[in-house]
Amino acid sequence: MTTISGAPAQHPAARALIERHRLRLWEPLPWILALACYFAFPNYLGFGAELLVAILFALSLDLALGYAGIITLGHAAFFGAGAYTVGMLAYHGVWTEPITGLILAAAVAAIIGLASGLVLLRTAGLTLLMLTLCTMALLEEAANLAADYTGGFDGLPSLPISPIFGRFEFNPLYSNTQYLYALAVLLICFVFVRTLVYSPFGESLTGIRENMWRMHAVGSPVRARLVTCYTISAAIAGIAGGLWAQVSAYVNLSALGLDRAAAVLIILILGGYGRLYGAFVGAVAYMVLSHFLARFYPTAWQLGLGLLLVVIALFARNGILGIAEAFWRRFGVKRSVS
Amino acid sequence: MIFGTDVVSILLGGLSAGMVLFIVSVGLSVTMGLMGFVNLAHGAFAMFGGYVIVLAMNRWQVGFALALALGFVVTAVVSAVLERLLYRRLYRAAELDQVLFTIGLVFVFIASITLVIGPENQPLTLPRSLQGQINLGFTSYRTYSIFLIVVGVVIALGLWLGFERTRIGAQIRATVDNRRMAESIGINVDRLFTLTFAFGSGMAALGGGFGAEFLGLDPQYALKYLVYFLIVVAVGGLGQVTGVFYASLLIGVLDFALKLYLPKGGTLFIFALTILLLLWRPQGLFGRSTS
Repeated sequence: MTTISGAPAQHPAARALIERHRLRLWEPLPWILALACYFAFPNYLGFGAELLVAILFALSLDLALGYAGIITLGHAAFFGAGAYTVGMLAYHGVWTEPITGLILAAAVAAIIGLASGLVLLRTAGLTLLMLTLCTMALLEEAANLAADYTGGFDGLPSLPISPIFGRFEFNPLYSNTQYLYALAVLLICFVFVRTLVYSPFGESLTGIRENMWRMHAVGSPVRARLVTCYTISAAIAGIAGGLWAQVSAYVNLSALGLDRAAAVLIILILGGYGRLYGAFVGAVAYMVLSHFLARFYPTAWQLGLGLLLVVIALFARNGILGIAEAFWRRFGVKRSVS
Repeated sequence: MIFGTDVVSILLGGLSAGMVLFIVSVGLSVTMGLMGFVNLAHGAFAMFGGYVIVLAMNRWQVGFALALALGFVVTAVVSAVLERLLYRRLYRAAELDQVLFTIGLVFVFIASITLVIGPENQPLTLPRSLQGQINLGFTSYRTYSIFLIVVGVVIALGLWLGFERTRIGAQIRATVDNRRMAESIGINVDRLFTLTFAFGSGMAALGGGFGAEFLGLDPQYALKYLVYFLIVVAVGGLGQVTGVFYASLLIGVLDFALKLYLPKGGTLFIFALTILLLLWRPQGLFGRSTS
């Protein structure tokens, strides 16, 4: 006997599907915290802006890796593309307006993502890993070589960025504007990503990650979906890169390298991938630890980071949020039993 | 005849670099082909072995040959322990977990070596018989480069014979082709994995020692040259000794020539070539198609 046809919305499975995109009670919490930090730590706003950029970058990777299951080692290529777009335009005095600058950064990164995605996503496994790595290395070499435009190894210092809306100026000493600006950009991008992953498109991405052959069999355009997702992810990574260039007012080769690609991967895994808020938790944990530990004990930090990665890969594949969820579930079950 | 001697010196220099590349990468290719494991820590084993070899020579005045043997054995034992304890758990895990685990391992190696030995470069002092130039009749060239080419050819021949003509080589080839079938005809795949892994890491250690003279040896070695090792494996094809050999020589000579004629854009060219090649033949230049 099936009751689904009678009252579809009443069936528990249907209800779960309908309600899964609803705003949870705790979801405004990160944003309230971010605003509270603005008032609580006025001396750390520069670092805070960089933290927000890291969250945005990890969020873009989450879309490709966590939802669509595209394993990439070269996501910093798009971050760098965005950063250099904003940086070169500003440094050579072509375009200094910040908001349109971010749109341009997104467009450039999206074009690179689309072009590389169209060819790279034919492959899988080790070949894909190698190709993403090589694409990033290629861009890094190109940026290093075109020193007349990109500043080469030294990068482009003290970028002139126009005030936002012609009013709010970026002060290099007090990062109040930068912090709020980064927070606003992050919020807009987050709402977009959240809407996207709960849409039918996002559902089909999860399907492709879980079982690509079954998605082929039910007639889903797998390759087109993957390329679209990769392009969107690249665009958001480009925005993150552009934002980074604007709030820190410089660009250098570190935007493009394996170090940044590895760091964003670690941030996402640390927080937990495929769950939107993993990027937030991971970025806060990683950036705060690295900011205070790495400055004084860089070697110990690297050792600890390595051990942490080994432990996560072996025992805690869902990251901090996964551990928290497991605790929550165990605790919740115990409570309902007693 | 300036051009002629140029070609000879490029060939000799490139071949000697390619031999080192081959000695390091062959283990990576076989373990990746055999176990399907993305081992990004292979460069760390090469670095570890290089340190054992160079420190044994510099601090305890051990001879070059003995130091090489020591580096091989120590690295093989350490990697076998790691394989038994940790790698084993991840053979069936997703690629992402393997990537993370091995990146973590690389960080641990880099940090430990920085803490224990220090961040500075460790120079390799060659024994007197390998220094200087050697007269080859048509030209004279660095003795060490010629030595590396000879050693590389000997090792490649030995590996090829071992791979094609011995019982264990046949077992490895069978397992690369079809693991389940190999298991069901009674090949102890677990033991085979450990042995191959330890041997491959030992080879990487030798490569680390041989290459320390011109690649340098500092804690960043594990990450610096990883892309090259991976390119060689991807171009040569997984689980293919001969493929890796030709790919190493190709990339060694190409890199050497490009560094000479195009000192700035050479690396760019190699990356672009690798991308095109992998798009054309995803299984590598010498690899067999998996389908």
